[in-house]
Amino acid sequence: MEIVQKIKTGDIRAVARLIRDIDDNIPEAREVLKELYSATGNAYVIGVTGAPGVGKSTLVDQMVTHLRKSGKTVGVLAVDPTSPFSGGAILGDRVRMQRHSMDEGVFIRSMATRGAFGGLTQSTRSAIDVLDAMGKDYVIVETVGVGQDEVDIVRSSDTTLIVLVPGMGDDVQALKAGILEVGDIFVINKSDREGVDKTVGDIRLMIEMDEKRYKDGWKPPILTTQAAFDKGIRELLDEIEKHHLYLSSNKTMLSKLRYEKAKSDLSEMIKDRIAKEIFIDITSSGEFEEAIKSIVDKQIDPYTACDTIVSAKLKSNIR
Amino acid sequence: MNKERRIRVLVAKPGLDGHDRGARIIARAYRDAGFEVVYSGLHQTPEEVVQAAIQEDVDMIGLSSLAGAHMYLFPRVVELLKEKNADDILVCGGGIFPEEDIPKLKNAGIKEVFTPGTPLTEIVNWVKENVKPRGL
Repeated sequence: MEIVQKIKTGDIRAVARLIRDIDDNIPEAREVLKELYSATGNAYVIGVTGAPGVGKSTLVDQMVTHLRKSGKTVGVLAVDPTSPFSGGAILGDRVRMQRHSMDEGVFIRSMATRGAFGGLTQSTRSAIDVLDAMGKDYVIVETVGVGQDEVDIVRSSDTTLIVLVPGMGDDVQALKAGILEVGDIFVINKSDREGVDKTVGDIRLMIEMDEKRYKDGWKPPILTTQAAFDKGIRELLDEIEKHHLYLSSNKTMLSKLRYEKAKSDLSEMIKDRIAKEIFIDITSSGEFEEAIKSIVDKQIDPYTACDTIVSAKLKSNIR
Repeated sequence: MNKERRIRVLVAKPGLDGHDRGARIIARAYRDAGFEVVYSGLHQTPEEVVQAAIQEDVDMIGLSSLAGAHMYLFPRVVELLKEKNADDILVCGGGIFPEEDIPKLKNAGIKEVFTPGTPLTEIVNWVKENVKPRGL
């Protein structure tokens, strides 16, 4: 396929178009992805996650600058939430990274979460593969929050950074659920703010108390940065490099990671595909609306409605 | 079979003009209309605007200018899009322009120009009517 060649040689237009088509569920895009897959697996993927306002975009911007200085090429995927009311989105992360827009070694793409079926998980995973196949040394994925979708994204990253700001206090406790299983490095940004020592202490306590749950046996370090002032970035990249070395340090670890990634990718794809197929079918046939109305009129309960639809669809062929 | 493609728009402020309130208001209106809006931020060069538009694969660039540099900046964006074979991306402009500049801008390839007081719904509808969905 011509487009596959274009992407492998780094054609910006082709890459941008393909990501769009993936987002919009164009069937041809899926065919391209199939062909591109063998060219993936070279880029190092860094996930950056944290609440809005902690400085993720600024941090990513600085990381890109430093990586470029070392001669590495970078792809950035900045994910922002889709409005549940209008289906639209304001994708504003690029603003913080615009100084890299003229650098041919950097490709920045903003994506919207598009909710359950467009999928933060699926489209972003595929976009990572595209930037990988395009030849980028690093792919940085920036997402908001630590909800379930973001945890999934993080599973497709090699190193995941959890970014916080000082003074989050009780919020650190709230973040606890699953965070140790997700975070490889904790970054406290805006470390010039009050409360940094306490925040470091809170996270350290959390890490020390739960050794058994260390992801892949790696004890997460805690770093402080001031991304806006380019402080702590060099140290952060060094830690990421340490983590990289740790992960590739032995064959058992590597094969375990490959297994986990393939498993996670395939599970998500199957779930995503089945859900999409069923929904397209029942919305276009009107069955979905009918079922909703029946539930509202108390003619049927949602469990029965669900089972009826699903068993009927699974029996018939999925395109 | 597939749901409709979402319209993607780049809202950009080229040049030295630092007044971005209008751009932000439009960005919000576009979001509320269901578009995905990439906001470029201030002080963009035409080169940066075009590069962002291509990387983001947008359908349209909305250029905002209130500082009078539109006669250089806007046509320059159109020119660069042509150079990069990306002239299927629509360009329109918003802001404060002298009446006599508007036909000149349109001649230079700016599809439409919106001046202060234009209702947001009019702008949104124009975009919906003029942006064609694109293929692979």
